[in-house]
Amino acid sequence: MSLREACESGKFVVTAEVAPGKGTDVEHLLKDAAIIKDRVDAINVTDLQSSVMRLGSMAFCHLLTDMGIDPVFQVTCRDRNCLALQSDLLSAWALGIRNVLALTGDHPKLGDHPTARPVFELDSVTLLDVIGKLNSGVDMVGNELKGAPDLFPGAVVNPGADNEAAMDLQIMKMEKKIEAGAKFFQTQGVYDLDAFEKFMKRIEGFKAKVFGGIILLKSVGMARFMNKNVAGVFVPEPLIQEIKDAEDKVQASMNIAVRLVKGMKDLCDGVHMMTLGWESKIPGILDEVGL
Amino acid sequence: MNNFEPLIAVFSCHYCSYAAADLAGSSRIQYPPNTRIIKVPCTGRISVNHILRALECGADGVYVAGCLEGTCHFVSGNFKAKQRVQSAKSLLGEINIEPERVQMYFMSAAEGSKFANVAKEMTETIKELGPSPLKGTNTQ
Amino acid sequence: MIVAERKPMEEILAEIEDFQKILVLGCKGCTTVCCSGGPKEVETLSTLIRMDRKQKGKEVETLEASTELQCEPESVKPMLENLANQYDVVLSMACGAGVQTVAKLFPDQRVFPALNTNFTGMAEEHGVWTEACLACGDCILGKTAGICPVTRCAKGLLNGACGGASEGKCEVSKDRPCAWQEIYHGLKRLNLLHYLKEKPQVKAWPIHPGKVVREDLRQEKAT
Repeated sequence: MSLREACESGKFVVTAEVAPGKGTDVEHLLKDAAIIKDRVDAINVTDLQSSVMRLGSMAFCHLLTDMGIDPVFQVTCRDRNCLALQSDLLSAWALGIRNVLALTGDHPKLGDHPTARPVFELDSVTLLDVIGKLNSGVDMVGNELKGAPDLFPGAVVNPGADNEAAMDLQIMKMEKKIEAGAKFFQTQGVYDLDAFEKFMKRIEGFKAKVFGGIILLKSVGMARFMNKNVAGVFVPEPLIQEIKDAEDKVQASMNIAVRLVKGMKDLCDGVHMMTLGWESKIPGILDEVGL
Repeated sequence: MNNFEPLIAVFSCHYCSYAAADLAGSSRIQYPPNTRIIKVPCTGRISVNHILRALECGADGVYVAGCLEGTCHFVSGNFKAKQRVQSAKSLLGEINIEPERVQMYFMSAAEGSKFANVAKEMTETIKELGPSPLKGTNTQ
Repeated sequence: MIVAERKPMEEILAEIEDFQKILVLGCKGCTTVCCSGGPKEVETLSTLIRMDRKQKGKEVETLEASTELQCEPESVKPMLENLANQYDVVLSMACGAGVQTVAKLFPDQRVFPALNTNFTGMAEEHGVWTEACLACGDCILGKTAGICPVTRCAKGLLNGACGGASEGKCEVSKDRPCAWQEIYHGLKRLNLLHYLKEKPQVKAWPIHPGKVVREDLRQEKAT
C-alpha cells in the first residue's frame, strides 16, 4: 500500500526516516531500510538535513523505490531556485518517487558550509503551491507540461513552538500549507502528550492528516542538547531522568517511544519515527504497540 | 639607550589633572621632566587623531589625564576619552606600534602626588619601550 | 544609510604601497554618518598612513579631502579636477558606489577602496548598525508593520516564520530577533493580524544591475 493509499484508507500511518550520509556509502542505510520495509507505510529521506552537505535525497529515494519501498522525497528551498526545484520534482516523478515533503530548510549557517549562499526563493508554502501546479500540468509561470506528475504533497508543523507568537505563526502557516495542497503533516518530535493534545484540539477540522513526530532519545546528552538547541523540541525532565536511571538505556528509550506512540493513536492519524540510526529498533516498538 | 629621555605628551583636563599638576608643583613634589602638558577644557575634546598626531610629531608616548570616573565637569567627557584612547591603541597595533605608548589615567584636582606618580610610571614605561619607532629615520 | 567599515590597515597599506602622493578621499554622506569615511576618519587614516611610512623610512604625501556625496558625479568631478596633478592615487573612504563613481569619471586614475561596504542599514544606537533594506525594488513594509522580512529574516521569507526560532531568536544567531515574530507583534499591536493570512507570494527578483530612468529629469530631453 502506498502512503497515499494508507492515508486515504484511514489506517494509523507509520512513517520512518533515513538520512543519507556524507559520501557514497549507502549499504548500511539500505540494510536498515530493509529491516523496516514491511512495518512502515513510507520512509522519508532527508534533504541535506541540518544544512550539512551529503548524498542527495532524490537518489536515495530512487534506491528505496527499487526495493519496493514508498519513499517521501524531502525537498528544502535552501539550495535551489524555482527552476531547479521544479525540475527536481519532475525528475523525482520520472524516477518513481510519489511523495514529497515540502520544507523551507535550515539556514546554511547551521551546517558545515556556513557561508554558502542561501536561496529561499520559494518557501514551504509556495513550494507546495508549485507542486500543485505541476500536478495540474503547468509550471509555476503557467507553461504547459508534456506529461504531468501526480505527487502526493506533505509538509511539517512544529506543535511545540515556545511562545504565543511562534505558535500562532505555526498555525497560520499550517493553514496556508493546507490551502496550498498539503495532504499530510509530519510534526517535530513530541514528548509531552498533554501539550500535543492541546495542539491537536487547536487544529481540529484542518483537512490534512497529522503524523506525530517521535524522536528516539538515544541518550541523556542528546535530550539535553535538543532542549537547548532544537527549536520546538522539549524533553520533560522526568523522561531524561528515566533514561538516566535505567540500566538498559536502549530499552528505556524504546519504552518511552512505545508510550508516546500509544498515546498518539488516540490523538492523530499516524506517527513519524525519527530514529537517527536506530532504525532497527522500530519493529520492536511497533510490536509493543501492536501496529 | 641608557640615556634615552622620552618625550611624553599629556592631554590634561583643565578641571582636574591640570590643577593636580599645579598642586604637584606648588607642593614641590618631584617628577620626571619628560612630560609636555597640553591643557584641554575636557578630555572629551581629545580625538583619536590628536593622540596619533602627537606621536607623529615626535612624542614617544602620550597619555590623557581626565577626571575621576563620575566626576567629569561635562558629565562623560572622560569616558569618551577612555574609549578614544582604546581606539588609538588598537589603531597603533594595526601599524605595528606598541599600544602601550598610549594610556588613559584618571585623577582629581587634589591629587598632586598621583599626577607625579603617573608621570613617573609613564616615563618608566616609555623608557622600557625605547624611542618611538617613527624616530628611526626621520626628520620631524 | 549605507553602512561601511574600514578595511584592516594591513590591506589598505598593501593597496597603496607603490604610491607616494595619496589623496584620501572621504564622503560627507553615509560614511560620515556611520563614522567610517567622513572628514574625521580621513584625518585619522592619513595620519596612520604617514606614521606607517615614517616607520618604514619611506616618503609619502597625503592629501585630505571629502566630497559632499561621492556617488554624485557633480560632487566628485570638480573637486578632483581642482586637485589634478597633486596626487597619484585615490584612496576612497566612500561606499562601493562612491569608489565606482571616481573610477568611472577618471578611468586613467588608480582608485582603491579603504572601506568594506556592508549594507543599507539603520542605527540601533551610536556605534551599532543593523541591516534594514535589501533594495529589492518592491516594498511591502506597509503589510509587515514596518519590519522588512526580505532583509531581517535570515531566509528572506515572505509567507511567515520558518519555525526555526527559539525564544524569539533566529536560528542563525541568538542575537537576532525572529523578524516574523516581530512582524507578528507589530501587526497584533496595530490590530492587523489578518494581513498574515493573505495569499502566499513569490517574489519577482530584480535583475542586476538595477537601473532607474526618470525621463522627466533627464537633461538631454530638456535641451
